[in-house]
Amino acid sequence: MSPSTSSPAATAPAGVPAPMATKKRRSPFAGAAGRNAGLVVAFALLCVVGFVTGGERFASVSNLLTVLSLASVIGVLSIGMTFVITTGGIDLSVGAVMGLASVWATTLATQQMAMDTHWSVMVLTALAVGLVAGLVNGALVAYGKVVAFITTLAMMAAARGLAEMISNRQTQRVRVKPFLDFFGSDVLGVPMLVWIFALVSAAGWILLNRTTFGRRTVAVGGNPEAARLAGIDVRRHTMYVYGLAGLTAGIGAVMMLVRTTAGTSTHGSMYELDAIAAVVVGGTLLIGGRGTIVGTVLGVLIFTTLTNVFTLNNLSTSAQAVAKGVIIVAAVLLQQHLARRSRSTT
Amino acid sequence: MVNDDPHQTDDPAPFLRMRGIVKTFPGARALAGVDLDVRPGEVHCLLGQNGAGKSTLIKVLAGAHQPDEGEIEIDGEIVTLPTPVAALRRGVATMYQELDVVDGLTVAENVFLGHELASAGLTRRGELRARTAELLARLGHPEIRPGREVGSLSAAGKQVVSMARALSRGARVIVMDEPSAVLDTEEVDNLFRVVAELTAAGVAVVYISHRLEEIRRIGHRITVLKDGRTVATGLDVHATPTTELIRLMTGRDVERVFPDRPSTTVEGAPVLEVSDLALHGVFDGIDLTIRPGEVVGLAGLVGSGRSEILETIYGARRATRGTVRVDGRPLRRGSVRRAVAAGIGLCPEERKSQGLLLDEPVYRNITLSTFALSARAGFLDERAERSQARAQIDDLELRPADPERDARTLSGGNQQKILLGRWLLHGCRVLLLDEPTRGVDVGARAEIYALVRRLTAQGTAVLVVSSEIEEVLGLADRVLVLAEGRVVHTGPAAEIDEHRVLDLVMEGSAA
Repeated sequence: MSPSTSSPAATAPAGVPAPMATKKRRSPFAGAAGRNAGLVVAFALLCVVGFVTGGERFASVSNLLTVLSLASVIGVLSIGMTFVITTGGIDLSVGAVMGLASVWATTLATQQMAMDTHWSVMVLTALAVGLVAGLVNGALVAYGKVVAFITTLAMMAAARGLAEMISNRQTQRVRVKPFLDFFGSDVLGVPMLVWIFALVSAAGWILLNRTTFGRRTVAVGGNPEAARLAGIDVRRHTMYVYGLAGLTAGIGAVMMLVRTTAGTSTHGSMYELDAIAAVVVGGTLLIGGRGTIVGTVLGVLIFTTLTNVFTLNNLSTSAQAVAKGVIIVAAVLLQQHLARRSRSTT
Repeated sequence: MVNDDPHQTDDPAPFLRMRGIVKTFPGARALAGVDLDVRPGEVHCLLGQNGAGKSTLIKVLAGAHQPDEGEIEIDGEIVTLPTPVAALRRGVATMYQELDVVDGLTVAENVFLGHELASAGLTRRGELRARTAELLARLGHPEIRPGREVGSLSAAGKQVVSMARALSRGARVIVMDEPSAVLDTEEVDNLFRVVAELTAAGVAVVYISHRLEEIRRIGHRITVLKDGRTVATGLDVHATPTTELIRLMTGRDVERVFPDRPSTTVEGAPVLEVSDLALHGVFDGIDLTIRPGEVVGLAGLVGSGRSEILETIYGARRATRGTVRVDGRPLRRGSVRRAVAAGIGLCPEERKSQGLLLDEPVYRNITLSTFALSARAGFLDERAERSQARAQIDDLELRPADPERDARTLSGGNQQKILLGRWLLHGCRVLLLDEPTRGVDVGARAEIYALVRRLTAQGTAVLVVSSEIEEVLGLADRVLVLAEGRVVHTGPAAEIDEHRVLDLVMEGSAA
């Protein structure tokens, strides 16, 4: 990729404030680069607080890897969520779909087949469950014209219920040793889960910024009518985007199985809200039309680091929740402020 | 009442007076000097073609837009109307075309919306309903029950509710934006009776309508707007001939430059053939063919089905009957993608809401229909896109010539060029233009007209819709005149003039 192909949405991979943004944008805060710079500053401040209060316990390689591992599952879900929100939609079902996929991948039958053939059967099962659930969401939203909030709320209830039925509310231990061995290993000293998070983030960035899929996603979210009249199949694309979110829920399920060595119907409970929060704090517009993978990753890291700093200082999870709420509101207020400003220049 | 204006000795003092109102939006000057005075108890009609500035003027009056220059005087006092509530307090109420009633609330709740009668936070329902019933009776509609849900009322009923609300606020002027457009004949009679009651009670009405015969029935005086300016004001409704009104509405300050029509007659197999196309309840039995290099124009009023015909040909609406063929091959109904693939392009009526990604750069707007064609295996080739867009920008003389700028920041004319560039890049056989120069300044208009002719010289077929009849006649080779969803006249554009078209659409729709 040549430097000349960098676009406003794409100036951010390094996460540094890009000086080139000044000519195109009236305000340094209106561009994706500028907004990411704000996130980087917030993240840095949080790290300073962590270092001052936690010292060596915070600023160590092992703690860094802990933070990244904690961030990985929510992070992967948030990448899929970024696409959905960029189209102006929402997916409340990813947590429940993740639970369902984790259960489906650990049924006796699936695990038996995995042992008879290859452990990847479990992975493929989880991904397929996630993808299908996502496509069902997408078909209902795009072709059934059911509001995304309601469609995915229904999927959330149904997926959770189905997971309970399949597992009989029991915890299903993962007995396929090679599966755990593979995903539990470290590569270059970094846990496999962190690698998956990194790979999914990179793939998400390329997909959003460098492919026709990403361009359509932004177009559909920015102005669905204009996209339709330009010849884009808005409904089909909307379905695919929800399918993608479901797929990330399947990947999340695999990661959860590795981390907990078991599948249960309660996996991923409330994860959808954490994912939405990370995406919104990251600067993706809830009304659609503008999405940023870098922002989302920073959003995830900010929330996870916050948890880490609070834990290291033995502060209660309640205080954590309050801090989280404040951050979300602050980010949304900033978004609205920016949206108003860009509207008023019409 | 305070009246210290020495010029108004014989006539009653105006309740409302606007002087030199100017309102500029980025890229378009909507109002360039409007004067208007409205006397108590009169029906003051506002006439003007689409784009003359009527809607903007209404919004200024309603406190929704702030004028850049000029002054508004109410009851002899210079006022500002910073918000809609401020306008209501001053006695100015507005009934928009899309009525601002809340369907889920009752009639009484709607009437007192925003100034509910309450004590200690509890609404006084009984009193609310009694006073609503009183207002409805005053408007001659005692049959509407205050407890009825507004959503169950007809458009006419909703208008009455909207007027009752204006009265409940003590309105002295009610602005009505094409109130008859949504009504049938009988309901229009009702509306006129209500308007007569209002004026008899000293309330002034600013009445906007395209229908001259209505204005003759209920109006007292007329103000004509043209290109954002008042070109005539205080005309007597009965003493001013129709020809004079039409001349005022269409007469131009700046001569439009339409390119010469090619002298050779168009020939060759038709590019676009539409036969017996119908959209239920909107238009019916539309037949038309366009040959290579031909420009066909559709003339008609708002609501005549002009835009819907374009959108149906394009597949954005699914036709209930009929076929569309491009180069002899029929298109699948209701599929924009097939239409685009077959070589049809549409520049829609509402550029901002239907055509552009306002917060995306110009080049991505230009390549919106082609980015997938220049991509390799799903990966965008932004370098190719930029150079393609650059070529269109240079070719169309887009200003500013910056492919990275957000589409939002461009003027109306340049935004239209983005859409034209999109289809030029895609390469289209048939170009559908819906209001190609709405909100476009005069200079850019000439460029767009010239561009259309350049396209036809290359064999593109063009179908153009415009509410400015002058534009349809100037640009098209052949004209179809529409009234109420049917073609009432077909013929060469050179053989018909604007007055004849207006006669056809205004009288043809009544007949």
